[in-house]
Amino acid sequence: MTVQELPGAASYRPTPPPAWKPRTDPAPLLPDPEPYRVLGTDAAADFAPAVLRRLYAELVRGRRYNTQATALTKQGRLAVYPSSTGQEACEVAAALVLEERDWLFPSYRDTLAAVARGLDPVEALTLLRGDWHTGYDPREHRIAPLSTPLATQLPHAVGLAHAARLKGDDVVALAMVGDGGTSEGDFHEALNFAAVWQAPVVFLVQNNGFAISVPLAKQTAAPSLAHKAVGYGMPGRLVDGNDAAAVHQVLSEAVARARRGGGPTLVEAVTYRVEAHTNADDATRYRGDAEVEAWRQHDPIKLLERDLTERGLLDEDGVREAAEQAEEMAARLRERMNADAELDPMDLFAHVYAEQTAQLREQAAQLRAELDAEAEGDHR
Amino acid sequence: MTTVAARQAAKPATMAQALQRAMRDAMAEDPTVHVMGEDVGTLGGVFRVTDGLAKEFGEDRCTDTPLAEAGILGTAVGMAMYGLRPVVEMQFDAFAYPAFEQLVSHVSRMRNRTRGAMPMPLVVRIPYGGGIGGVEHHSDSSEVYYMATPGLHVVTPATVADAYGLLRAAIASDDPVVFLEPKRLYWSKSDWSPDAPAAVEPIGRAVVRRSGRSATLITYGPSVPVCLEAAEAAQAEGWDLEVVDLRSLVPFDDETVCASVRRTGRAIVVHESTGFAGPGAEIAARVTERCFHHLEAPVLRVAGFDIPYPPPMLERHHLPGVDRVLDAVARLQWEAGS
Repeated sequence: MTVQELPGAASYRPTPPPAWKPRTDPAPLLPDPEPYRVLGTDAAADFAPAVLRRLYAELVRGRRYNTQATALTKQGRLAVYPSSTGQEACEVAAALVLEERDWLFPSYRDTLAAVARGLDPVEALTLLRGDWHTGYDPREHRIAPLSTPLATQLPHAVGLAHAARLKGDDVVALAMVGDGGTSEGDFHEALNFAAVWQAPVVFLVQNNGFAISVPLAKQTAAPSLAHKAVGYGMPGRLVDGNDAAAVHQVLSEAVARARRGGGPTLVEAVTYRVEAHTNADDATRYRGDAEVEAWRQHDPIKLLERDLTERGLLDEDGVREAAEQAEEMAARLRERMNADAELDPMDLFAHVYAEQTAQLREQAAQLRAELDAEAEGDHR
Repeated sequence: MTTVAARQAAKPATMAQALQRAMRDAMAEDPTVHVMGEDVGTLGGVFRVTDGLAKEFGEDRCTDTPLAEAGILGTAVGMAMYGLRPVVEMQFDAFAYPAFEQLVSHVSRMRNRTRGAMPMPLVVRIPYGGGIGGVEHHSDSSEVYYMATPGLHVVTPATVADAYGLLRAAIASDDPVVFLEPKRLYWSKSDWSPDAPAAVEPIGRAVVRRSGRSATLITYGPSVPVCLEAAEAAQAEGWDLEVVDLRSLVPFDDETVCASVRRTGRAIVVHESTGFAGPGAEIAARVTERCFHHLEAPVLRVAGFDIPYPPPMLERHHLPGVDRVLDAVARLQWEAGS
């Protein structure tokens, strides 16, 4: 005899709960099955040529910036450089889709995005040169400090965007993170908060294939990183991260959506870290040349150059002009980075608190005395 | 700090009420003050410290967040970057640990990292300490983790008046403040009027709660009432104990503490936190370094045992009580020194 058949069973059966239904329809949130592409497709014809030319010039400059910064590590002028070579389309597009009032939240690999947004490259490289941590005023440029602890900058972007919305400002925050960063708890919490608050944020995941040495397959079992969006109730977009036009378009749409109150978007840009993790890393220990070579053939600059040339939007003069501008930038950067950084050890105590504590005043005096003694010793 | 508009007669109030009033007054005066945390809105917090704030100021100003401490503090950082003054509630001491990375890697460093360009004027309120019969993860004394992090202020009130005054000072501070609320004192009462805190000094000043000549008890938060009780009991033994309430662990008020120890010549640090590498280790070292020639006996520590916080039915054996304080007083080498 089952419970239902017992006499009086109805009286102790719980009230049937309301019928379950999903809180949002997941179908429109799902990413495309293939990364979205523009270059080499019919969609390219609809793209504003001025934007494409701008992207091209910035990509060429960005590549030169990457090679120059890497060279500076070999000369001991940078402590370390995590290169974004091969990822310039993402870096540049992330900067170009934002308005001046918007905010960029870069990770340590995203100095190029900050530079493309207009930040002085020397200020952008301060952290990696090692003369201070953040070399610029974040509020002046609306660029958050380069974040080293992975994904921890994402909740900051959500909070800032939320605060702006509460204030009635139509400001959008664009936060950058890598594929490895999506495994961090802060990635999850940031996306969840963003969706619950409908914060005007765009999350750009650059899936460059590796977290130092660990490939994506050891990072996630998700169908794609873009699919993770669905679980939070926000749309996920999958885009070819080496197709500058496609990244620009997808990010622009996400920014516009956020700005009009439509809430956050997760964008996965599929790209490749052509260089090692940093100059201190040896990529031959975990990947083969053939793989790297295949990605070099799918290079963001080559893709854009081919498309522009085929459609008559770029000629040899244009290519040369972009290269010359990039070379000028590199020469200036080299020259400025070859000058020794100006350091004042007393700065170590200057910004710990708004007002120095008695203990820090004591310690500052100790260092001052040591410096004075050192200087006196030098004179002797 | 601005004074509260209406002068009110003193009447019994609890520490929880004083804390609520501090947030309410700060929110009324400054539209950039936002309260956020788990259950702080509709419910008014599990200890009811944010009672009525969501109703009075709306849910945008007093917000029930998703249940994720790193996310709460991380988003608060972003809000502070945009010019708000978030007041974050962590529901319990041991529930604050997921937010530790945000606190250490960002909150404490942001001003320094940006050469002062981007300060972090936010408050992290954390109910802490034992003595309320809480099950595991509800009674930690976590202050030493925060004290060891440069860039944070660490404050803890022991009286109803200080609860108001120090929280107002914390919210007004341009630096991040970890505001530790002794949860077993939430329901402690005293006659208090909201305008009394006009007399409260800024963060960083200790106060002598009881004057005495024989020895100094250096303490804070939930152990202050214990020390005051011990000082009363000690009178019968002929000891006249001074009790210093630190109020602020960072910045540390060496001046007030050392002035007292130099007067009495003997000192005991009393706290619930574990003794090994606990706050008392730092305090005893500081006092010894600065007052060595005035000391008649080694600086002693009365602290929680070096064990994970006990289950509620055993916590009374762990918490430093009056007897343990008096035992330590007896060990202050009275025969040799005097």
